[in-house]
Amino acid sequence: MTEKKYDSVIIGGGSAGMAAACRIAEAGYSCAIVERETALGGILNQCIHNGFGLHHFKEELTGPEYAERFIQAVKDKGLDVYLETTVMDIEDTGSMKSFYGYSSVYGLLHFSCRSIVLAMGCRERNRGNIGTPGTRPSGIFTAGLAQRLVNIDGYIPGKKIVIVGSGDIGLIMARRMTWVGTEVLGVVEIQPYPAGLTRNIVQCLTDFNIPLHLSHVVSKIWGKERVEGVRVSPVGTEEGGNRASFDLDCDTLLLSVGLVPDNEISKKAGVDLNPETGGALVDSRLMTSVEGIFACGNVLHVHDLVDFVTEESQRCGEAVCHYLKGVAPGRQYRTVSGANVKYVLPNMYNPDGDNRFYLRPLVVKNGAELVVKIEGREVIRKKLRHVQPSEMVSFTLDREEIPSLESSRGNTLETGIL
Amino acid sequence: MERQLICISCPIGCRLQASWTDETDITIEGNQCPRGEIYGREEVLAPKRVVTATCMTAGSPMGTEVRRVSVKTDAPLPKEHIDSLLDTLYSMKIPLPVETGQVLLANIGGTGVNLVATRSM
Ligand SMILES: Cc1cc2nc3c(=O)[nH]c(=O)nc-3n(C[C@H](O)[C@H](O)[C@H](O)COP(=O)(O)OP(=O)(O)OC[C@H]3O[C@@H](n4cnc5c(N)ncnc54)[C@H](O)[C@@H]3O)c2cc1C
Ligand code: SF4
Repeated sequence: MTEKKYDSVIIGGGSAGMAAACRIAEAGYSCAIVERETALGGILNQCIHNGFGLHHFKEELTGPEYAERFIQAVKDKGLDVYLETTVMDIEDTGSMKSFYGYSSVYGLLHFSCRSIVLAMGCRERNRGNIGTPGTRPSGIFTAGLAQRLVNIDGYIPGKKIVIVGSGDIGLIMARRMTWVGTEVLGVVEIQPYPAGLTRNIVQCLTDFNIPLHLSHVVSKIWGKERVEGVRVSPVGTEEGGNRASFDLDCDTLLLSVGLVPDNEISKKAGVDLNPETGGALVDSRLMTSVEGIFACGNVLHVHDLVDFVTEESQRCGEAVCHYLKGVAPGRQYRTVSGANVKYVLPNMYNPDGDNRFYLRPLVVKNGAELVVKIEGREVIRKKLRHVQPSEMVSFTLDREEIPSLESSRGNTLETGIL
Repeated sequence: MERQLICISCPIGCRLQASWTDETDITIEGNQCPRGEIYGREEVLAPKRVVTATCMTAGSPMGTEVRRVSVKTDAPLPKEHIDSLLDTLYSMKIPLPVETGQVLLANIGGTGVNLVATRSM
């Protein structure tokens, strides 16, 4: 077993981990990235389509290109990177944290560090989570797994495909599967509106005349060994009994039914989770309930744009630097979600600093307004052009915008969409 | 003539209204930036798309893992060229090493658009 000691260790080498690590290294602290796969980049490596980096780099890149810019930065800064190393069992021993890394390259590694950044990304929901009745044949894949099989391994999972869920990954895969010569019979979405971006509906479905069945579910799956077909039913009708249901002969189902932050090892470290996000509860510094353990990127909450992941993770890296320097906010107060908001992050704000928030709307609305109140007093009212659950909203609250607060009160900040 | 379009040049997805009497004079409304106007006009006259895919590699120099290299067209390609490009790129074997931005197929079908690698391997 080899001992390794750092000021900070980042678990996960995707866009979140790389951005946080670069900030920490720039400030002169010793820092390492531990990554399970054979390369840095995370999910970006399999997202070969373009549409990344419009905010951050002001140009449209593919996932691997976006990743490569950060991989280069990690190299330039001389960061230590442990590839093919999986982290298990984080131990919190007060001012020092420790954990083991199991590696096919380095053997067993034991890390000790003053701070940890959780950047493990997310997992896809699978069929178990959606509970479609029927047999259990092969030919059912999550869309992200199919994306990896096609784009990285060159393996094509089927010939006639039905996609369940209209999230962006499902839409992107509809185009991808068409371009590799398979037939995509349709996309089935339970909600009355698509979950993905409109541009993806146009360029991934409309372009290829792929039908989108809104307010429909896959109510039954046939097939003994392999999927042979599915029944598609309108929402609110009993399976089989309704005329409006129809059957599709397909050999493959791709599930694009959502992502969940991957917090298995965080839980073991005693990190408190937020049921609304599936990620950690964090204060204004993105520090979890365990002192010295921070979180950013998809492990904190699922992002739709990598640009936001980068921004959030850079701020997380800066917060780690402050923590290592021994600087802590004097006071912090709670944030809560108000009308039409699923969640707002972080869960605390710092009235003596600038704060950046991310929120997930619960509604589809044109000409909506963002309203932020502290103790019932309005501090921000801002027009938002168009909101929908699939698009995260971000805003800043500067120190100057925060009124003087009485320390005897709760000073809770409430964010709503009207 | 009139057509409703959705601009796909960025994630905002503006709803465009294209109207014209003759094809040399198309008016676009509803765009929030100049790119929408260019897109709208092209979509009416000659629709184009960026193509992304992966190609086989000719095997890595060390003889280790065989992976696929991701590729894209360096500009939107007129739609009628997409199918033949896909046929060609799936039959290619890219020798390694390869650099991001390296041209793998120049001037596809005389369009001036190139196929480039999007990952260094
Ligand atoms: C399929 C998909 C398509 C997307 N498409 C777009 C798009 O078109 N445009 C856009 O802007 N954004 C897109 N996004 C969003 C954005 O790209 C991602 O949210 C972002 O890249 C996530 O970065 P991350 O670092 O948080 O997670 P990841 O990239 O998932 O990185 C997490 C890393 O942690 C590693 N890891 C996990 N557990 C351990 C462990 N125990 N030990 C060691 N390492 C571990 C994993 O191997 C992985 O490399 C997409 C996201 C997904 C999932
Ligand atoms: S017109 Fe401009 S802002 Fe609107 S979708 Fe197109 S590129 Fe985006």
